[in-house]
Amino acid sequence: MGLELYLDLLSQPCRAVYIFAKKNGIPFELRPVELLKGQHHSDAFAQVNPLRKVPALKDGDFTLAESVAILLYLSRKYEVPDHWYPQDLQARARVDEYLAWQHTALRSSCTRAMWQKMMFPVFLGEQVPPETLASTLAELDRCLQLLEDKFLKDQDFVAGPHISVADLVAITELMHPVSAGCQVFKSRPKLAAWRQRVEVEVGKDLFQEAHAAVMKVKDLPPADPATKEKLQPSVQVLLQ
Amino acid sequence: MGLELYLDMLSQPCRAVYIFAKKNRIPFELRPVDLLKGQHLSDAFAQVNPLKKVPALKDGDFTLAESVAILLYLTRKYKVPDHWYPQDVQARALVDEYLAWQHTTLRRSCLRALWHKVMFPVFLGEPVSPEMLAATLAELDVTVQLLEDKFLQNKAFLIGPHISLADLVAITELMHPVGAGCQVFEGRPKLAAWRQRVEAAVGEDLFQEAHEVIMKAKESPPADPTVKQKLMPAVLAMIG
Repeated sequence: MGLELYLDLLSQPCRAVYIFAKKNGIPFELRPVELLKGQHHSDAFAQVNPLRKVPALKDGDFTLAESVAILLYLSRKYEVPDHWYPQDLQARARVDEYLAWQHTALRSSCTRAMWQKMMFPVFLGEQVPPETLASTLAELDRCLQLLEDKFLKDQDFVAGPHISVADLVAITELMHPVSAGCQVFKSRPKLAAWRQRVEVEVGKDLFQEAHAAVMKVKDLPPADPATKEKLQPSVQVLLQ
Repeated sequence: MGLELYLDMLSQPCRAVYIFAKKNRIPFELRPVDLLKGQHLSDAFAQVNPLKKVPALKDGDFTLAESVAILLYLTRKYKVPDHWYPQDVQARALVDEYLAWQHTTLRRSCLRALWHKVMFPVFLGEPVSPEMLAATLAELDVTVQLLEDKFLQNKAFLIGPHISLADLVAITELMHPVGAGCQVFEGRPKLAAWRQRVEAAVGEDLFQEAHEVIMKAKESPPADPTVKQKLMPAVLAMIG
């Protein structure tokens, strides 16, 4: 059994891994894990990732969690073009810096924005206090400003003149609030231009394919009571 | 000007960077940044790290934030022994996996435990409700259990037979609640044994030196009102 990637394209980090693997022609079996059906909580999936999260990788007997670890593993094993994770010490450090920062910053605010603006009210039928949503959107705004000012600056891509895994992680994160109707690129021409460059580098078809599922989430019918019950405990933390 | 490391040993990630640099005899100028005086919020420090956090690195004109990025930069530039970040693709992936996972889990719950149990009441003079503290300590318990069950398992160190960056990051995180008086190793013989091994591998003197400040956290004099006002927003953002 070759490389298996356990993904739900609803998930930002899954999209980054999917785009990376496809773009680099890395052969893999796609193992879908439907988050909205709670499939990540199954005992079977826990064998692959005891942390019960996607993405997860299985390569023979070797299992691996965490999208950053997976992206770096794939970069090394499949010897992808240098720009994805440059050999140059300082360029690589810039990629590492973004990949570390995003966990508690952009990733967090994008997830909360999408869930509080869309998933809770539309899918789970749960009202979110306006102050909570406002605070989340303010935090998202702050992170976007940092992305622009500290990371992107006047460069073409997050870590320098070429696209890297940092850009893939960043763009897939930003598409989360976009899918919920947040105009993250409006009035941010620098960021909008960067987005265009990333989409061109990735390839428009692949980019759209990876984002088809999340862009349709707002049209989902409300969750049935059984699904709601299953999902509710684990998503309450996203209301904070 | 050679390598400069901007650190406050109160901070978990600063301790990991300090221990790593000292253990590997990496020559550097220590630039102290006193967090409890709000020095990380100064304009001068923002020139080094616009994210206003420690640790930060300056190497000539090159500045770098994020402890994981800093540890990896030092690993590569100073060609440290292989076990810290093994060449082997799978072993390296396991280090990456821990370094990615910890941001939103152990790091977070250790930080909250210190602040809710000690720093809020003692330093900031802000009481913390028993329910809040109980919830924080319960969360800490869950993540420490995950550390044992998913990462350490029956190995000598987190990723295998030798100490790596993962162990340094983990142990310095756990010393946060220890400094707050939480008995994280009690009733956890496996983890306690791992701690002993990590301390021995690092060297007892260096380990103690790095942890002098955190072990005295309970004796922090109360902040004066101006400092408290300055720090509150950043503290709330950090542990939110």
